[in-house]
Formats: sequence, structure tokens, C-alpha cells
Amino acid sequence: MKINLKINNQDKIIDIRPDEMLLEVLRKNGCLSVKHGCDTGSCGACTVLLDGKPILSCSYFAAKADGHSVTTVEGVQNKVEKISKYLVDEGSVQCGFCVPGLVLTTMGMEKELNNPTEDEINHYLSGNLCRCTGYVSHTRAIKKYLEDKK
Amino acid sequence: MKQVNKSIPKIDGMGLAKGKPAFTDDLTDSNAIIVKVLRSPHAFARIKNINVDKAVKYPGVECVFTHKDVPRNVFTRAGQGYPEPSPKDKFILDEYVRYVGDEVAVVAATTDEIADQAMKLIEVEYEVFEAVLDFEKAENNKSVIHPEKESYTMFPMGFDASKNIACTYDMHIGDVDEVLKNSEVVLDKTYYTQAQAHVAIETHSSTAYIDHYERLNIITSTQTPVHLRRIIGEALGMPINKIRVVKPRVGGAFGGKQQIHGELFCALVTLKTGRPSKCIYSRKEVFESSFSRHAMRLNIKIGADKTGRLKAIDLRVLSDTGAYGEHALTVFMIAGSKTLPLYNKVEAVRFGGIVVYTNHTPGGAYRGYGAIQGNFALESAMDELADKLNIDPIQLREMNMIKEGETSEIFKIMGEGGEGTAQIIESCKLDYCLKRGSEMIKWNSKYLHKKINADKVRGIGMAIAMQGSGIPNMDMGAASLKLNDDGFFNLLIGATDLGTGSDTILAQIAAETLNVPVEDIVVYASDSDLTPFDCGAYASSTTFVSGNGVRKTAEKMKNLIISEGAKHLQINVEDTIFDGKTIKSKDGEKSISLKEISKGWLYHYGQGQEQLIASDSYVGKKSPPPYMAGFVEVEVDTKTGHFDILDYTAVVDCGTTINPKLALGQMEGGLLQGIGMAVYEDVKYNKYGQMLTNNLMNYKIPTREDVPNINVEFADSYEPSGPYGAKSVGEIGIDTPPAAISNAIFNAVGVRINDLPITPEKILMAMKKKEQKK
Amino acid sequence: MIIDEYKKPKTIEEAYSILTTKENSQIIGGGAYMRLSKKHIGTAVDLSNLKLDFITETENYIEIGATTTLRELEINDITNKYFNGIISKSIKNIVGVQLRNIATVGGSIAGKFGFSDLIAALSVLDSKVILYKTGAVNLLDFINKKHNDVIEKIIITKNNLNADFQSIRNTKTDYAILNVAVSKHNNNFYKIAVGARPGIAICADKAESFLKTVDFSKENAEKAGLIASEEIKFTSNFRASAEYRQELCKTLVSRAILNINC
Repeated sequence: MKINLKINNQDKIIDIRPDEMLLEVLRKNGCLSVKHGCDTGSCGACTVLLDGKPILSCSYFAAKADGHSVTTVEGVQNKVEKISKYLVDEGSVQCGFCVPGLVLTTMGMEKELNNPTEDEINHYLSGNLCRCTGYVSHTRAIKKYLEDKK
Repeated sequence: MKQVNKSIPKIDGMGLAKGKPAFTDDLTDSNAIIVKVLRSPHAFARIKNINVDKAVKYPGVECVFTHKDVPRNVFTRAGQGYPEPSPKDKFILDEYVRYVGDEVAVVAATTDEIADQAMKLIEVEYEVFEAVLDFEKAENNKSVIHPEKESYTMFPMGFDASKNIACTYDMHIGDVDEVLKNSEVVLDKTYYTQAQAHVAIETHSSTAYIDHYERLNIITSTQTPVHLRRIIGEALGMPINKIRVVKPRVGGAFGGKQQIHGELFCALVTLKTGRPSKCIYSRKEVFESSFSRHAMRLNIKIGADKTGRLKAIDLRVLSDTGAYGEHALTVFMIAGSKTLPLYNKVEAVRFGGIVVYTNHTPGGAYRGYGAIQGNFALESAMDELADKLNIDPIQLREMNMIKEGETSEIFKIMGEGGEGTAQIIESCKLDYCLKRGSEMIKWNSKYLHKKINADKVRGIGMAIAMQGSGIPNMDMGAASLKLNDDGFFNLLIGATDLGTGSDTILAQIAAETLNVPVEDIVVYASDSDLTPFDCGAYASSTTFVSGNGVRKTAEKMKNLIISEGAKHLQINVEDTIFDGKTIKSKDGEKSISLKEISKGWLYHYGQGQEQLIASDSYVGKKSPPPYMAGFVEVEVDTKTGHFDILDYTAVVDCGTTINPKLALGQMEGGLLQGIGMAVYEDVKYNKYGQMLTNNLMNYKIPTREDVPNINVEFADSYEPSGPYGAKSVGEIGIDTPPAAISNAIFNAVGVRINDLPITPEKILMAMKKKEQKK
Repeated sequence: MIIDEYKKPKTIEEAYSILTTKENSQIIGGGAYMRLSKKHIGTAVDLSNLKLDFITETENYIEIGATTTLRELEINDITNKYFNGIISKSIKNIVGVQLRNIATVGGSIAGKFGFSDLIAALSVLDSKVILYKTGAVNLLDFINKKHNDVIEKIIITKNNLNADFQSIRNTKTDYAILNVAVSKHNNNFYKIAVGARPGIAICADKAESFLKTVDFSKENAEKAGLIASEEIKFTSNFRASAEYRQELCKTLVSRAILNINC
């Protein structure tokens, strides 16, 4: 079947299988920052923004996304660089596999929460698993980023 | 020091954050054939018949392999040095399947869906055997897991497949039984540690293609590219000059990618079809069909006098290596060799036991590598002793622990599968770590516990730990430096950055030695054709071993620049200095910038034109242990057993931190993985040997909400044998949480959980049992 | 999982018609967990074009459309205003924001998952499931019976219930080892639901009856917890033993009662 998908502001008509998940479709269409991590909607590595909201592309039917707009870090490189500078400075991009997803969820959080507390940050981002850092450096970086943005 | 002990940003950090294609599956040919593996539904069986006719004929299927179609060479997937210290007990495919998830057949097809469909068309008839699923009943079990004749070991390690024994080891110093008999206090306890899954967020991924030289190229998420090349060659019976292995970025490894995984299957398919192939494991395959931490039973006896002076330690271990023997011997030995030297003042010490085969997912290398298992037993027992003697646990450790300038005979006796290497400890700030850590967590005001309300009580606990820095006289790291025009360098290293930041810190070491900015060092790593030998990233070796290799290489390059520069300036070498920017005579009269001379050397010096390239290697003569003290405060809900970890504080002696922020990241990440093992993570099987925890819905790693408060400091320390004073930092962080948390729970509510993980259920049930006894 | 055909009907009637006439057709909620099944679905029916994405307040009810996501439900002002925010409290720890932005209320109810926190919470409120053809069905009846129908919305009576939700989890975002929801009217009329036993939430009738006969006290709350733990059946699985779940039930039920009354 064919769907209309706006990927990073570009309108595309894509041929998909009815049971294909958004993750596979995005990777086939060049968005390699979107990662496959767990198969069960548990790790957050496949996070993308759907109409601005963070979702798990591994658990979202591509057919369901028909007519919607998808953002991956490929489409928001400047914004990603702004946030990531803090992550890199804190040493919290270790293997880096989970980071594109984390940055996108952080962008979702910025839209939704004003002045989040540390607990609120950790709660909002808790669907993004990381096995390298122990998370505390993420929290330090994101707090600083939000602080400096004020 | 200008470039080391400095938190420069990780050199690949921004690129990775911006999602640049860098991992194996990002780099595969878009037309790569999909390789999938049909896996055993049985814990132990023999394939009586296997019929692949329908699968082969299915449209889109490229090829199918069964044990009948592949070379029958016995090997080990362990990914260790050579001669390999693990039993050679694995075939590419075999008629026997030894655990649920073991390989039955390899299918290659043009799409995922076709490969899945084709696997369903393979007809297999199994002769199912009774499986060995309790590792305490594995020895001499009537089910023999490795009945094949070919399996062997490269040196004696007590391998006896007929008894399901992968290896055995025993050592002692002094007469332990006699000393224990004469000790005023003897503690005799048994502890259990569970299998733990690595859960690198990138699943095991590999791809292969044949290049225009008709050589097999493998790109793979691995910790050990050169070992991998050797093993692939051995398994396939092909010369390794036909194989190139490249490690791209790796999405986490933690020991899980030291062993080989799908590379062999990609190699088979690509060699047969001539086409690119890829094998990306599902999360289920990673859980069921890769590797996990060896589960262990540890019996420990400690003899002491009434003042708390330790007299003897006796540690006996039973380890479960699962269906195959990867790292069976070495992980088990390290349960003793990287814990017992902590208490080096005993009169007698004994360590020994056996490693058994079972029909579980194979054990493998995992950060901590036996030390975390041994540490749980030793450091829990130390607290039990402190409680028995009514001594503060910190004081008990201070009385008995190893100090700078001392040694332990164990270093000489126990090594990586064989004899060890004697060493004097030249850097050990454990005393500071204890003092500072107890200040940070306010030990004196919090010990033992504090009631918060009717249902909540807080407790505090601690443990100390040691690890190593590479495997001495065995594992080597090498580097090459090439000077380019404009005065910048290529640093070529075999070392494998797994996200650890080793590319960055090795560039820092080179920059420090050459006195140039890190930007002038361009790193290229982990390509078996292009980069010099390195054993790979394991055994906490990269900073110390590869780092020393890089330092030596950079010194060579510096000397080369000076000697060749002196020729150009027509002065004596002894009168020539190089300050990173300029080559000049000591009196300053003659000079030339590196920028200028580097151009001349390559383009226009005529007779003086030459490529400056330096290479050197390093193999450790010792393995200086990093040390740490870990402290934890927990708050236990006495009505549910549930507890929160309020604060985990660690003070670490890893020598000089080459990059403090990256070292901190290693510590914080290691601690949380250790906390995961201590509290949340457990590989569980049902009675048929099927893994119940084969996905991330059922196997829970910590989230960012679970332990938001981790505090790490580094002790001021300098290791003379390390590059700029550095020791390792990759593994040490994982070791203390199991014992420290167990100790804190005991201090809070008076029950001791001796089998990991320490779950709310175990705590509450133990509390109820204790109450009933009263 | 295989899907042959994916449909986004424009009317509920059309959705219902596909569901009842096409072989192996199934409604896709958010779809998050659906793909984990090994089913072969003939026609997947996606309700996202039916404008069932709403949370509204009428004089007597809160109405929640079937395709409302759990995240919308969690942060909605209306749902947070009532019942001490039990709905939000019950779902805020489900995996992560990204999953809660996908999973829908209709899907969560229709899935009838044993671990469902939302079903436990809704069980102690006066909740009805509105089905397109069948009409209004009590939540409990919906759970216990199979309906080949389209969920339009959930309606919850706006009464002055005080409510509380308790659960014990391994990691913070894990499925509950046990979840407990309790509500109370002005009088001594309580509703107690216990879920993730690991079976789906069921009510503790005897404990509810006991509470009707006594005044509130800490002792009676504990007694109610004990009664609930004895009347409800627990089983063991790899997350916890039946015995531990029974112990938790005692504590969580009495805690929820105490929380409501303090």
C-alpha cells in the first residue's frame, strides 16, 4: 500500500507493507539515526517525533502514520547540536546508540514541560534506556542545557 | 600535563549524537542478503533428520546451511588471546543442540520475511535428551552435554567432558585447614550469583562482503577484531590473509561482544554466494543465543582472631558455563585472583572449584568478569564477620586490606588461566577511598540504620574492590603514528573503542607525548588490514596496555622528528629539541616549524624527502589494580520489602584519569550495571530450559528513575607503570554494588540475602521468617 | 505478525462492518503491543480517522474517546481533577512517554492485559464501556465477556469518590508485581480492585463488605487488607510468588484505604 509521509519536512509517497513498522520504513528511507534496539517497545532507541510528539517508531504501524509528519535527528541537526553539546561536554555520549532517541524525547519534553525539576526530567525521559552512562551525566547535561536556555 | 587529565569532548561524540551512520547496520550494503538462524526449541537434543528441501526451493532463498554442509572444525568463540584459555568445544553447526536457542541451520534470503518463512519450512526431527538445568547437579550427570570426541583444550585445565566439567582449578598458600582450625572465629557462608545479560542497546550485528581483491570483508560489532579474524579462519579452515575485519562504532558491548556471534554465518553465506550479507540479531537472540554472566555458587570460610585480624580465607566456587565453555576457566579464576589479594595479610589462603557445563545459554565475558561474583561473597562475608565481632565494617577492612608498597603472593600464582605475574603494588589509595567515601555519605552519623517512619527504615552499607589493568605478559597493544603535511598525525590503533572513549583518550596520550593539540591527532582504529595489532577491548586493558603502546609510539615519533629535524637543520641530535610546534637548536639559533618541515619532507626536500612513521607496542609486565570503595544508603519499606537506593557513593583509585569526564562515565555506568545485577536483573528459565526473560519487558535493566543519585570521586593517585600514571577504569565500577547493597539491607532490616538479585520479595520473606523464629 | 490489509474507516459504522464481515479482521488500538503477537490478521482496522480522540466533561460523566492516548489521559486537566488523580497515577509509570503517546485507552481496555494498571483504576470508578452496537456495558462485564464490537468511548460517572492507586514494581517503569486501586464514597462504601495478580484486576468483595460494617480506623484498614488478601486468588510467575503477592495485597490495600481517609 502507499502512504503519504512527511519525513523531515519532505513530502514523500512511500510504498509499504500493511504490517510494516515505521522504524523499518524510516531506515529504508535513509533515516539511519533511528535505531533498532529491542523489538518490544522497551528501550526508546527508535524514538522519533510524530507531529512533534515522541513516539516509538518500532511500535507504530507505518500505515498509521499516513498523512502525518515525522521528525528524526537528520531533520533537526542544528537543534540536535545545541542539545548535544551539553551531552558531549558531560561525557554522556558513550556508545551513542541511544542518543538520537534521547535528544528527540528531550525536544518533546521542552515543548511540554516548563522548568521541569530533576525528577520530572528523569520521569519524562525514563523510556529512553541507556546501558553505558548510568544516566546521571545525561541529567546533568540536560539540566544545564535547560538552565542556559533561559 | 596539558592534554591528559583533561576533560576534552569525546572526539566522536557530536557525530554520534547527530545520528551519523556509524554502526554496523548503518553501513551494510542495502542489497545485503539477510542471514537468519533457525534455533533449537530444545535444551538438549540430537538432530536425527533435517530436511531443508522446501526452504531451499522457496522463492527468494539464497542458501541454507545445516551441520552437514559446513566444515567440522572445533573452536571456541571466546575471542581471547592465544593459546586460548577456553575449551574448544564448538562447531559452526553441529548435530547436537545444547540449549534453547542453539544453532540448527542458517538461512539466507533476500528479505527478512522470506528468511522467516523459509525457516518455518525446514523440517527437523529431534531426539530429545534430558537436559541439565541445575548447575549444582551437572557434575557427573548422566546427561553428557559434550559427547563429541573432538573437543579439547590447548593446555591442561582439568577439562573432563564425560563429567560435564569444562575446567577445574585449585591453589593454596599455607595450610588453610590448620589455620582455620586455630582461628578464634570462623565464618562459613554460601552465596549465589545469577546470570546477568549485557543488554548493549545495539544488538549483535555483523555484515560481510567480498571486495575487489576477492577477500572476505567483515564489518562487525566486536570487541576483538584480530581474535575474530583468527577464529573465523580456524572455523572455516581458510587462511586469514583472505579475511579483513573492521569494527565500526559499537553500540555498547560490556564483554558481550568479546565473543564472536553472527560473523561466521555472514562469512558462510557471502563466501558461498559472493554477495554481501548481514546478520542482525533480534533482542531475543541476544538474550537467548549469545552469552551471559556465569552464574556461581561461592562457599567462603574466613578465619580471624577476636580483634578482627584475618588469618585465613578459603573460597570454593562452582561456576555454570552453560552449553559451551567460553571464558569458563578465566572468569572463574578471577573470582579469586581479583578479590583475595585485597586481604593480603592472611596466613593461609585457598581457592578452587570447578566449572560445569549445563544446558543454559553459554556464559561469556562480562564486565567484572568473576571479580563481581567473588566480591559479593568476600565483601558480604566481611560484613558478616564485622557483625559477629561487633567491629565497624570500615575498621575491619582498614585493618586487613592491602596497602601501597605491599604485594600478594596470589599475583604470582594465579593468572589468566595459568600462572600469574608477581607485582608490588605501587599505587593503592584504598585508605583514602574509605576515608573520603565515608565522609561523603556521612557514614558515622548514618551507620547502621535510622527509622524514618512506621514503615520505612534507612540503612547504610559498603564494600571495597579491586580489578586489574590488562593481562600481563600476554595481551599486547600497538600503535602507529604517521606525520602528514601541515604537521598533523594519523594515529592508527588496533584498540577497539566500544563507546568507552578509548579513541579519544589514546589521542590525548599521543598529543601529550608529542606536545601537540589533540585536534592534530586523527584517529583510525580497529581495522585488521590497516591498524597494528591490539588484543582488543577486554580485561580492563585499553588505557593501560594500548595507552602505553601509544605513549611509546609517540615517543618514537618525537625522537624521529628530532633526529630527522636535526639533519635538516644540520645540528647535533643532542642539541635539538622539539616543543610540539618547532624543531630547534637548544640555543634557539636554528629552527623550523613542524608545519613547514612536514611539508618539505613530503614534497620538496629532494634527497631529504621521506615519510615519518613510527610504530611501537606494549605488553604489560604487571597489571596494576585499580581500587575503590563503594557506599550505599537504602530506604526499605518494611511492609513490602521494596527499597530505594538513595545514594551510591564511590571513591576510586584508577591512577591518573586521562580524561576525567570519560573516566567518570565509566564509573557511573559501571556502578549502575552493578546495581542492576544486585537488585533488578535475573536471567530466568522455566523447567524446560526456555528463557523466561528473553526480552526487555521481562528482563529489566535500571531506568533513569531508579538510581538518580550516584556520586563518584577520584583519589589523587599515580601509577608509575601506567601511561602518565593511569590504571584501568572500565570494570572496577561494577564490582561493589551487590555486596554493598546486601550489607546495607542487612544493616537496615537485619536480614541478609545471600543469593542475588536482592529483590523486595526475598527481603520481605526473610523478614517474615525471622519474625516467626522469634 | 502478518497483516494483509490495513484500513482506516471514515465512520464507526464502516469500522463495525469490516470487523463483523471480514474474516480475521481486528481493531488496531495504538498498535504498540499488537505487533508482538504471532497472529495473521486479514484486515487491520485503525480507528484514528473516527475523531475518537477526546476527553470531555458532561454534567454527569467524564467521557474518554477510544483512541485517546494514555499520555493524553495522564496529563489531562479533567481526569486529573477527579478521584484524587487516580487515573493519571495509575498510568504514569507505564514504560515511557513515547509508548504512552501510542497506546490508546480503547486498546488498553480491549487488550484485557492482566498487568493493566488502567483497568485496575477504572474498576473502582463507576466506569462504563460504550460499544457501537451493544451500547453501554459495565467495565467488569466488558472484561468478562467477548464483544465483537467497536469501543467508542469510556464514560466515568462524576461522583465524589476518593480514590488511591498503589503498586509495587521491579524497576520504576516495569509492569506491576501487584497493583491495587481503592475508592470510597462519602459513606463507608468502598471499592477495592487488585490486579497483576498476575491475572487481571478483580474486586475484593468480602473486604468491601467488611468495610461497610465498620468505622474507619487503621486497624480496620489493615483488617480489610487481610480479608482482601485471603479472598483473592494469586498465582506465581517469574516476577513474584503467589505468597509475596498475597503479602503485598495486605499492605497495599490497607495503605490505599489509609491514604483515602487521611
